[in-house]
Amino acid sequence: MKGTGAMELVLENVDRIVGGEIHLKDINLAFSSGSRYVMLGRTLAGKTSLLRVIAGLDPPTTGKVLVDGKDVTGVSVRKRSIAMVYQQFVNYPSLTVFNNIASPLKVSGADSDEIDRRVRHTAEMLRIDPFLDRLPAELSGGQQQRTAIARALVKETDLLLLDEPLVNLDYKLREELRIELQEIFERRSAIVIYTTTEPTEALMLGGNTIVMDEGRVLQEGSTPHVYHHPASVKVAEVFSDPPVNFISASVQGGEAGIGGDIRFPLPGHMKDLEAGEYLFGIRPNHLTIKSKAEGDITIQGKVELAEINGSETFIHTRCHDAPLVVQEEGVFNYKIGSAVSVHTQPDQFYVYDASRNLVAAPPNITV
Amino acid sequence: MANIALQNIAHSYKPDPKGPDDYALKRIDTVWEDGGAYALLGPSGCGKTTLLNIISGLLTPSEGRVRYNDGDVTDLPPEKRNIAQVFQFPVLYDTMTVYENLAFPLKNRKVQRSVIEERVLEVAEMLDLTPFLKKKAAGLAADAKQKISLGRGLVRSDVAAILFDEPLTVIDPHLKWQLRRKLKEIHERYGLTLIYVTHDQVEAMTFADKVVVMYEGEIVQIGTPQELFENPMHTFVGYFIGSPGMNFLPCTVEGNLARITGSDIPPGIPPGTPPRIPPRIPIDQETAALAEKAEGKLELGIRPMFLEVHDKAVDGGLPVAVKGVQDQGSFKILTLKLAEHTLRAKLAEGKTVPAEKAWVRFPQDRIKLFAGGRLVRKGESKSDG
Repeated sequence: MKGTGAMELVLENVDRIVGGEIHLKDINLAFSSGSRYVMLGRTLAGKTSLLRVIAGLDPPTTGKVLVDGKDVTGVSVRKRSIAMVYQQFVNYPSLTVFNNIASPLKVSGADSDEIDRRVRHTAEMLRIDPFLDRLPAELSGGQQQRTAIARALVKETDLLLLDEPLVNLDYKLREELRIELQEIFERRSAIVIYTTTEPTEALMLGGNTIVMDEGRVLQEGSTPHVYHHPASVKVAEVFSDPPVNFISASVQGGEAGIGGDIRFPLPGHMKDLEAGEYLFGIRPNHLTIKSKAEGDITIQGKVELAEINGSETFIHTRCHDAPLVVQEEGVFNYKIGSAVSVHTQPDQFYVYDASRNLVAAPPNITV
Repeated sequence: MANIALQNIAHSYKPDPKGPDDYALKRIDTVWEDGGAYALLGPSGCGKTTLLNIISGLLTPSEGRVRYNDGDVTDLPPEKRNIAQVFQFPVLYDTMTVYENLAFPLKNRKVQRSVIEERVLEVAEMLDLTPFLKKKAAGLAADAKQKISLGRGLVRSDVAAILFDEPLTVIDPHLKWQLRRKLKEIHERYGLTLIYVTHDQVEAMTFADKVVVMYEGEIVQIGTPQELFENPMHTFVGYFIGSPGMNFLPCTVEGNLARITGSDIPPGIPPGTPPRIPPRIPIDQETAALAEKAEGKLELGIRPMFLEVHDKAVDGGLPVAVKGVQDQGSFKILTLKLAEHTLRAKLAEGKTVPAEKAWVRFPQDRIKLFAGGRLVRKGESKSDG
């Protein structure tokens, strides 16, 4: 056990089956205070189900939830020190924004100066301080969500659970709040668990990432480690936006082949590959159209769409019948249907075997 | 098909508007070309939905006229304007099949049956809906439903424009790009005027030939995605386009130097300490001269990707404190402090991340100057559009 307030939360063999449908399966996880955990997965991956089991809102079908070794399975959120932010914001409609944020402090009997100070500080942080006297119904959706987040942050709790809290906000606010939330979480002694569908959000929040799919945990570990070593094709797909590109390839006699016409000697990290069929995974930022570097291989393709996110352009192409997404820094125009040459460095390739598990990762990564 | 002219449009939701603050739309005067793909982009409350509703006829503006191809439609309701609309949530007849849903607008207009069939099959093929034609709409996924809403606009040959109000809100992220691509293809194939409201820069910049950026009831810039990125006409455009947005530093201009202003002496330094020399950044001579004459607060702007970050002192480099690093996978975002100002810089994957201290350089050709929020430009001949 660590110092005062430190706690450890353990999920032991947790399953949750509802009406014959698997919501969670074989969940074994440990969380400790002062750490941040991002649960990353697509819609219906089981993220919300897992949060609800942790909070005691839903019981697991089998398995246990332990806090410092003590079984708290099914003990309600009301009896534990938990704050939770839901995707669909919940506020008290008849209370002002100030009183909404203040409510957890009032329940715990803080004095009014303290309440006033903390409510204003939290509201400022979330930029809703001009609206403290309004009712939730008089606010925009984004402002209501920030009120709900402020209520969860105003009081120190052992467990802070956030279920896709930024999903309903516009991107500029989301971009700014991500940075601020990361700083807020770093100062907390609580266990912070945060769910998201967005790889960018997971990377930004740092800490640890738990990748989920179809009710199971696919991979967990420090966020940069999981990002740089996606253990399976599925993890690579979930933890990359736009997704990692995959090309079928064959390896024989110290050479790799893509399609019929591209052959290249195996770079260092692939030297030990046995002959056979593989999938090469290439991140969009390791593909380029603009310039060819020494040692690049070149694949011919056609532009399907150029997507622009404001500072980067993602060019969706089709090469050798495989879709390849190229990420270029800056804003560019590419006409649909035009022919392009896509260049890439084989020493940046991830290699997955026939069972879609990682067998080689690019070497120049330190985590 | 039609060009759309918005002539001196202003709108207030108040019965008796007093000042500019009472107006949701302040003054819009612009013409959008026939066959163009336009996106109305801005944060919530900027007036973009109000403007869309004025174009569609759901709302009559307090002031000004709306013209389609020179015909005044200001007082016409949506159904008399030959437009199709796609909303945030798909509006469909759940009990009808996909075919019946697509055929509905034509049946309503008593179009010949053989023509209906031809149009429906063509549009279904275009939208990859052919396999679902006999299925009931109720059981389909959100992206298929949204394609049906779009298809109901496309089946009509007399449609002047299709208006979209955040149509991808309910679509899962990994399916969004496919729908964006469909929209692009449709635009290229049918040459329809498309108007698309969104608060999402990716959607706006991917979809549109021209992005109309709105801020506090005004259009602050109309431009191609590249123009908005490289030459934001307004600090708001610099901030709103790009992730993270443009950096801004308050400054004054002396000769060809921008002198970064702010409180030079941090609190707590004993009196008598010589004032620190404020950071100075060389800028283009001609722009500097224009900036000196311009009215309003001066700011220097630079995009995070154009800031050069060095881990040791370099010629012309300004010392900054490194306050934070956010790993984004393919790049890192550094939070830096220059005097009391925060700067964000984008660092490509594989570049060394400086610890605590760094030196930044501002490449002269990437620096923008803004006076009173507006870009200071050489050769002031081009209009704002």
